[in-house]
Amino acid sequence: MFRILSVLVENNPGVLTRVASLFSRRGYNIDSLAVGRTEDPTISRMTIVVEEDDSVIGQVTKQLHKLVDVIKVDDITEREYVDRELILIKTDADAPERSEIMQIVEIFRARIVDIGQSTLTIEATGDEGKIKAITEALRPFRIRELVRTGKIAMLRGSSFTTARSGGQIKKETDR
Amino acid sequence: MKLKGAQILTKCLEKENVEAIFGYPGGAVLDIYDALYESQLNHYLVRHEQGAAHAADGYARATGKPGVCIATSGPGGTNLVTGLASAYMDSVPLIAFTGQVATTMLGRDSFQEADIYGITLPITKHNFLVKDVRDMPRVIKESFHLATTGRPGPVLIDLPKDVCQKRAALNYPEKPQLRGYRPVLDGHPLKIEEAAAAITAAHRPVICAGGGAITSGSSAALRQLAELCSIPVTTTLMGKGVFPENHPLSLGMLGMHGTRYANYAVNECDLLIALGVRFSDRVTVRTDAFAPGAKILHIDIDPAEIGKNVRVDIPIVGDVRRVLEQIYRQLEGGGASEGWLSRIEEWKKEYPLKYNGGGDPIKPQYVIEEIGRITGGNAVITTEVGQNQMWAAQFYPASRPRSFLTSGGLGTMGFGLPAAIGAQIGRPGETVFNIAGDGSIQMNIQELSTAVTYRLPLKVAVLNNGYLGMVRQWQDIFYDGRLAYSDIPGPDYVKLAEAYGAVGMQVREPAGVRRALEKAMQINDRPVLIDFIVDRQENVMPMIPPGGTIKKMLEE
Ligand SMILES: Cc1ncc(C[n+]2csc(CCOP(=O)(O)OP(=O)(O)O)c2C)c(N)n1
Ligand SMILES: [Mg+2]
Repeated sequence: MFRILSVLVENNPGVLTRVASLFSRRGYNIDSLAVGRTEDPTISRMTIVVEEDDSVIGQVTKQLHKLVDVIKVDDITEREYVDRELILIKTDADAPERSEIMQIVEIFRARIVDIGQSTLTIEATGDEGKIKAITEALRPFRIRELVRTGKIAMLRGSSFTTARSGGQIKKETDR
Repeated sequence: MKLKGAQILTKCLEKENVEAIFGYPGGAVLDIYDALYESQLNHYLVRHEQGAAHAADGYARATGKPGVCIATSGPGGTNLVTGLASAYMDSVPLIAFTGQVATTMLGRDSFQEADIYGITLPITKHNFLVKDVRDMPRVIKESFHLATTGRPGPVLIDLPKDVCQKRAALNYPEKPQLRGYRPVLDGHPLKIEEAAAAITAAHRPVICAGGGAITSGSSAALRQLAELCSIPVTTTLMGKGVFPENHPLSLGMLGMHGTRYANYAVNECDLLIALGVRFSDRVTVRTDAFAPGAKILHIDIDPAEIGKNVRVDIPIVGDVRRVLEQIYRQLEGGGASEGWLSRIEEWKKEYPLKYNGGGDPIKPQYVIEEIGRITGGNAVITTEVGQNQMWAAQFYPASRPRSFLTSGGLGTMGFGLPAAIGAQIGRPGETVFNIAGDGSIQMNIQELSTAVTYRLPLKVAVLNNGYLGMVRQWQDIFYDGRLAYSDIPGPDYVKLAEAYGAVGMQVREPAGVRRALEKAMQINDRPVLIDFIVDRQENVMPMIPPGGTIKKMLEE
């Protein structure tokens, strides 16, 4: 099962290596990992999508929290959140196909960001479902190149996962 | 006034009251050594950096204070690696300083450049590469804090040469600022209540104490609880000594080579009180068959240990000693039933640890029993790894915590001698014995020279079976006796010891064991090595084969 972990870390060199090597050493499966600076420049946020069952997720969370550079770990899978991915797709696009592709782009509220002699580059953002759908829709036109960010996510409404908000990982009550 | 980075380092170590540093110089640490030259710090020159790490480790285990070691860049750092990994597995507080090529040379495969920061990421609690001299005081403060608090562990600080040469003001922070690091010390009140109720309700309780019980200084609290409720106590290898082994409630060690009665007791208990243990596979052997009928109450300072290897019914995150005291205050009587205690007594009578004693050749177990008798179980023991280690765990009656030092998690051959050096330096007035195997002792034998230099009166008892004995035992039992490369001829140990300037003795007959030990106890100005020629074919028994259950326990 997929779980989404929102992890606040010190913006130190090495922190990405620590997290990545923890996953590889203990054999946890990472689906995606996106990292970037937060509103506080000394803190970065990682959004990690993990494919593991619940018992393993408990361990993943605890092991992450054990890293000194990890400030906070929130498993937001069961909470209300907005998530986005960004994708860039370069397709073959000869003159007759262009309008068809542009229609698809319209439907998905995506954007054409570059035009080549015989290619189009499309940018789309959205949740996983939308990203999947637009990729499928464009596949018949022959996708030449595809780049995709990992998922980033944020809680909805006035819930926060900042360094000072509640929602610490559960301690001894956590099994 | 501005100080050089290297001077900042020595000043910070003075502020941390560091009494012993184990190290070995080289190009990248010349500035640090130059600063040591003018400081009041005690530096002990080892003969190999692995020796420095293990000596710092032995010092830390024996004293409870953090151990400090230094090595140069490249090969100096990589030679520390085994020592750091050993300390990491056994949660020992260590601070390792490594020299590094100058920041301007980093990443260019410069002479003696090795990415020790990257290499030690998975075998340290935390590590640092300092690129700005102004960060040094903060990093050192944080390192001592990290190494010694929560679940202790080794911390490595990599110091590029130019950082040691640049100058900065020494502002040693009062307190570390680590927002991602807040160990929980007190148990959750609800869980404490639950634990107290479970202990009160249990009929067949057993306590299993591990290394965490020693680290947290839980001996007294543990004994109080055990005696109040008449709860039998077994320990893991790492917990040996936390509860006096001559106490009527002591069950000795459990696990693969544990006593039958400890394993039976755990197998049939209805409440297992696990204190600072991590349920290693050498303890549980098979997790799905471990303590099958028991509720498991697990107290540990590391939340990640809870539920990692076995299911836990009552988890409590916290410092073992504090939590035990919390529970004790809540207890309303209760405890082991008469039936349970008499059952255990019967097991103890029926299945004692035994070996075929007497007669030639010397039995290794007999040597250990004699060491136990002559020291009254009050020595500081270090072990090597293999049969010698298991026999020491089985037959040496440890009476106090921090007095049985062994590489439990990593099982590092070559640990014992340098660890004995660290222990002897940390506890100068005490008798320190390294119980060794003939294979292991040669892995760091060069440290005999260190012991001679500093006139350390430690004793090395080599149980010389001419084999990598534990390997030979497994080959005999599980590989049809095909003894592939486990027969290991050794040197003349008497001459070897003498060549180093130590006292060497050899004993071939049981009658000579006691005499040699008595003689060794008289020597107080240099190390002694006794080469005990022991029965080559002796096996460590009982033994639960890996993946087996208690029913599959082997005997003889
Ligand atoms: C550094 C290292 N290499 C290899 C091993 C594997 N090993 C475990 S026990 C053992 C034999 C140890 O021989 P010895 O020191 O003579 O002890 P004995 O078992 O004979 O008492 C070996 C090779 C190890 N534990 N550590
Ligand atoms: Mg041997």
